[in-house]
Amino acid sequence: MEKPFAITLDVGSSLANKTGSWRTYRPRYGDRLPPCNNACPAGENIQGWLYHAESGDYEQAWRVLTQDNPMPAVMGRVCYHPCESKCNRGELDQSVGINSVERFLGDQAIKLGWKFAPPATASGKRVLVVGAGPSGLSAAYHLARLGHQVTIHEAGPLAGGMMRFGIPKYRLPRDVLEAEVQRILDLGVTLELNTKVENIEASMQAGGFDAAFLAVGAHIAKRAYIPAGGAAKLLDAMQVLRGMEDEEKPMLGRRVVVYGGGNTALDVARTAKRLGATDAIIVYRRTREKMPAHDFEVEEALQEGILIKWLSTIKNMSDEGTLTVERMELDATGFPQPTGEFETLEADSLVLALGQDVDLSLLNGVPGLEVEGGVVQVGPNMMTGRPGIFAGGDMVPSERTVTVGIGHGKKAARNIDAWLRGEVYTPAPKHELATFEKLNTWYYEDAPKTVQPTLDLIRRQSSFDEVVGGLNETNALFEARRCLSCGNCFECDNCYGVCPDNAVIKLGPGMRFEFNFDYCKGCGICSAECPCGAITMVPENA
Amino acid sequence: MLKQCEGSHAVAATVALCRPEVICAYPISPQTHIVEGLSEMVRDGTLQHCEFINVESEFAAMSVAIGASAAGARSYTATASQGLLFMAEAVWNASGLGLPIVMTLANRSIGAPINIWNDHTDAMSMRDAGWLQLFAENNQEAADLHIQAFRLAEELSLPIMVCMDGFILTHAYEGVDIPTQEQVDAYLPPYEPRQVLDPREPVSIGAMVGPEAFTEVRYLAHAKQMQALDRIPQLAAEFRQQFGRDSGGLIRTYRLEDAQTVVVALGSVLGTIKDTIDDLREAGHKIGVLGITSFRPFPTAAIGDAVSHVERVVVVEKCFAVGVGGIVSRDVRTAMREHPHPIYAVVAGLGGRAITKASLRQLFLSAMADELEALTFLDLDHQAVNRELERERLTRRSGPIAENLLRDLGVVAARVG
Amino acid sequence: MTATVIKFYQTGTHTVGNRLLDPSQRSVQADMRRTNSLNSGHRACQGCGEALGARYAIDAAMQACDNQLIAANATGCLEVFSTPYPETSWQIPWIHSLFGNTAAVATGIAAALRVKGRSEVRVVAQGGDGGTTDIGFGCLSGMFERNDDVLYICYDNEAYMNTGVQRSSATPGAARTATTPAVGPAPGNVFGQGKSLPLIAMAHEIPYVATAIVSELRDLEAKVRRAMEIRGARYIHVFVPCPLGWGTRSDQTIAIARLAKETGIFPVIEAEHGELTAVSKIRKQRPVEDYLKPQRRFAHLFSPAVNTAAIAQIQALADRNIRRFGLVDAAAAAGAE
Repeated sequence: MEKPFAITLDVGSSLANKTGSWRTYRPRYGDRLPPCNNACPAGENIQGWLYHAESGDYEQAWRVLTQDNPMPAVMGRVCYHPCESKCNRGELDQSVGINSVERFLGDQAIKLGWKFAPPATASGKRVLVVGAGPSGLSAAYHLARLGHQVTIHEAGPLAGGMMRFGIPKYRLPRDVLEAEVQRILDLGVTLELNTKVENIEASMQAGGFDAAFLAVGAHIAKRAYIPAGGAAKLLDAMQVLRGMEDEEKPMLGRRVVVYGGGNTALDVARTAKRLGATDAIIVYRRTREKMPAHDFEVEEALQEGILIKWLSTIKNMSDEGTLTVERMELDATGFPQPTGEFETLEADSLVLALGQDVDLSLLNGVPGLEVEGGVVQVGPNMMTGRPGIFAGGDMVPSERTVTVGIGHGKKAARNIDAWLRGEVYTPAPKHELATFEKLNTWYYEDAPKTVQPTLDLIRRQSSFDEVVGGLNETNALFEARRCLSCGNCFECDNCYGVCPDNAVIKLGPGMRFEFNFDYCKGCGICSAECPCGAITMVPENA
Repeated sequence: MLKQCEGSHAVAATVALCRPEVICAYPISPQTHIVEGLSEMVRDGTLQHCEFINVESEFAAMSVAIGASAAGARSYTATASQGLLFMAEAVWNASGLGLPIVMTLANRSIGAPINIWNDHTDAMSMRDAGWLQLFAENNQEAADLHIQAFRLAEELSLPIMVCMDGFILTHAYEGVDIPTQEQVDAYLPPYEPRQVLDPREPVSIGAMVGPEAFTEVRYLAHAKQMQALDRIPQLAAEFRQQFGRDSGGLIRTYRLEDAQTVVVALGSVLGTIKDTIDDLREAGHKIGVLGITSFRPFPTAAIGDAVSHVERVVVVEKCFAVGVGGIVSRDVRTAMREHPHPIYAVVAGLGGRAITKASLRQLFLSAMADELEALTFLDLDHQAVNRELERERLTRRSGPIAENLLRDLGVVAARVG
Repeated sequence: MTATVIKFYQTGTHTVGNRLLDPSQRSVQADMRRTNSLNSGHRACQGCGEALGARYAIDAAMQACDNQLIAANATGCLEVFSTPYPETSWQIPWIHSLFGNTAAVATGIAAALRVKGRSEVRVVAQGGDGGTTDIGFGCLSGMFERNDDVLYICYDNEAYMNTGVQRSSATPGAARTATTPAVGPAPGNVFGQGKSLPLIAMAHEIPYVATAIVSELRDLEAKVRRAMEIRGARYIHVFVPCPLGWGTRSDQTIAIARLAKETGIFPVIEAEHGELTAVSKIRKQRPVEDYLKPQRRFAHLFSPAVNTAAIAQIQALADRNIRRFGLVDAAAAAGAE
């Protein structure tokens, strides 16, 4: 139509007015580091895989997860999930059940037979991995995916290391473990069992290996000097737990006393209960608060009827199995001090669960190695003092958990890969942490954590059936969707919606958003209203 | 078809024939029967495809018309006096937006003092509002001007006020030839808006215009009104051809051929003036009449041409600008720049005061003798105003002027209103 | 509430969109094809609540009527910042006539559409609180009373912002404006004045009245959608913070709106034919100080001394809203104690 001058205007003409020139601050999308990812010893991109689980794409979630950790079914059972302790949702209601979702994904993968994609190219390099525990398997997996040819030498008869010989079945069913080990082997990893490496350099030379990763673990039980009669039945925790994998189960008797306060002590006591002990008693020299074992394990043990004698040390054991126990008292620094008050306990067997040492014999004669406190010293790249020999897991200084071991394996593999190419592996810089204050939690609906089913008590006391059940698809989805996606855009469209100037461009599913700086006035609403804290306002000239 | 009817009804019937689509009405006193008549026709189905809306104020009436017109509907309303002032902001807005609304203005005075009778004060208050203002001399012309107004307004995309004297015309019964629907349809095509609110072709109407373009917008409004100076005579001629009678045009002259004195006026008073002139002509006076039909746009050239041979001009106007004097006379003066003859402004008929032949005759005789003041108030009661001026001079608290005058004149105040 | 409650534990019903929702359940604002009825390039201040509220409402209305919409707009910020010659930000047929006549202009448009048989084209009128509660009130009441087929949307920022923040009849007690300065024994706007246009609209018994707030997009859109389902006079009163006039940070526009609701200062309600039909409950109740403190227009309540009496008066008004409209869920309230 022929429009009257000036008073009637064509639609859309305001696009000529570039209001972006008003801006003094500009929004910037930047993924912040979610606290769960930051806390994961295996370096999992937890928020990243939950993102896919939220949409019900479990396979994709599993694939993202296994970029860092090849054993989610195991991990979903045995990891002490430090991620959940750091989860921002904990400040809102309860932390996300990351571990239970991980287990669901792992189980789903086993059930549906998901496989790892084989490496695109072969490097032609050969790497020897010593030890088929969590660390070794993890390293083997990552090295294989990077195209290297990997051979594992395992001293024991079965793969799994502490996952098999240290963790009871009721916590980790063996079929789960075997399925996840097999999937790694299916990548082309060679596993040689009952092959103890006596001398690492000799083995490397003999096999023509370009590099080695040592992860022999810590299997030698620490002993405490307890005067005991010759007939007294005195065992160590490793013997008991390893013995559980044999045809002949250990004979512990009806009254079993376990000495120690770590998770292993609990595992032994709970195992004893399942083997038919009427009394399974843990003797520990300090209090529950000071106990290194995880509280949920203590709780489960107590539910199952395990007794714990706090503030007690064992002085001796008679032939008849009478234990003399001294009551302790914590001093001002929280250290237990003897009181001189004694009592007795009757036991058919005493199991010492006082920690393990590493068998370092394979390193004899290797130049440049540094051993301190019974463990091998490694650099930040996991390499020992001997170039080309890397080490990880329980044999290097660290917290001794499966998850840490798996993390070591990944880290070592990446460094080995770089080293083989004559390069130095530099991890991507870490983003700024997405702390709780960075979130706008108004947008999250209240939703308490899903409680995982547990086995009934009678069966827990009498069988080695798995205690903690998995999530089903419905509640796994629920749990995944409780994720706040801290610091990482999850396409909630808030920025796109709240911009008064339509200056946020939505790029479509999975492609996130862009700012239209022609019109963005820099008001900052997008940043203030981003639920997950993924938008930062920065000075315009920065 | 010739009908004896009230002026309001004649206009209502004629407006209905113009197929208005939206009519809004507010019955501010003084009220006419125009919208009442239209309301009845809409209700009984005589007037179809028309929305009749009873609004809550004159301001709303014009505003509804603005909305309707902008959305492409032929829109109509009627008002008068205080009502016109109450809608004033919207009156300006309608023309500023270029919306071809047609409005009947039943001319009345404006208070205070409150007065419901005829004069042209209301129309004059809006003479610069950007509307075309056409003045009807009689009910036939009032009715006919509406037909022409719709056509002209829509052609130019400008609003038009058809001014007809309140009471004198609106409430007078006269014979009026109401045309047939076919005749009106043949003359007045359907409304084709210049701009329209329509989702099929969205536009923003009513932008804020700053110093960079405001002058141009105003100039264009003026230029469009100037175009009407050509179109109004053409449309009147076309009207004559189709309806067989003279109505509209810019100006109308009467016995002006050899006149030395010309009387200029607007509206129904022209009838009385013509009668008076007839008498004076019979007595041998060379006097004629010029009626202005189109007050806005002001037909400067047409008037200039028509009065080029006269020796003096008497402008009888039913309005005046307090503090200056005549309103119409000042515009007439601009038309006579080439002919510097005396122009006598005569303010007459304010607030419904009757303009008698006797008074006019006396007035014209004085004018022809060049004995008139430049500004004359016809039939002014000098005694009454002088008494009041004296009272105010003597006493601070002199009381309300209107009440004082009524008391002086012996009229009971309670009868007014 | 007519908003579909989508139990969505991650971000609930509260975010603009969510990739996991079925597209039909997402907000209009989440849609890549939303009309952006009020487009980029407008000259509203940074963080303008009215620009946001207007796009929310008009985009929702556009979607509800398949883009067959005409808008009439009162004089005010929204008009001035959207259509300064030679540019308009509106993507829809739009007219600005005057400050006080918008409802009547819309009536005229609706009448024209009816007479032309274009019943598919719908009409909205919109203005600020001044153009609605004060100067345009007469025309609005007339439009309501006649039950004209118009949806009138008031964007309430509680003062005349365009002219430099003067008091309107929607300005709250104690608020500082250019005509209610924070000086003298009772600084700011006088308590006990002003009017609730939603309640006045309800008294007209028109088919639909609702209040909404820019911080609750889904609720706002649901209300517009509901309004568009109805013929006759409808009124939606949208609370839109004004960073300039209220003295708030430009990024806090939505946060402030949220606080207005969570304190009970602004009740979010819905009514049909004069009867209250729904209220949007307060999720996490907050004291009024939380709402007042970030706003410079209330700064005199906290400095140099805390004006506890005035704050208590404002709290009492919020409490009255909560009681009157049942804004706090009884069960939730009991649980919180």
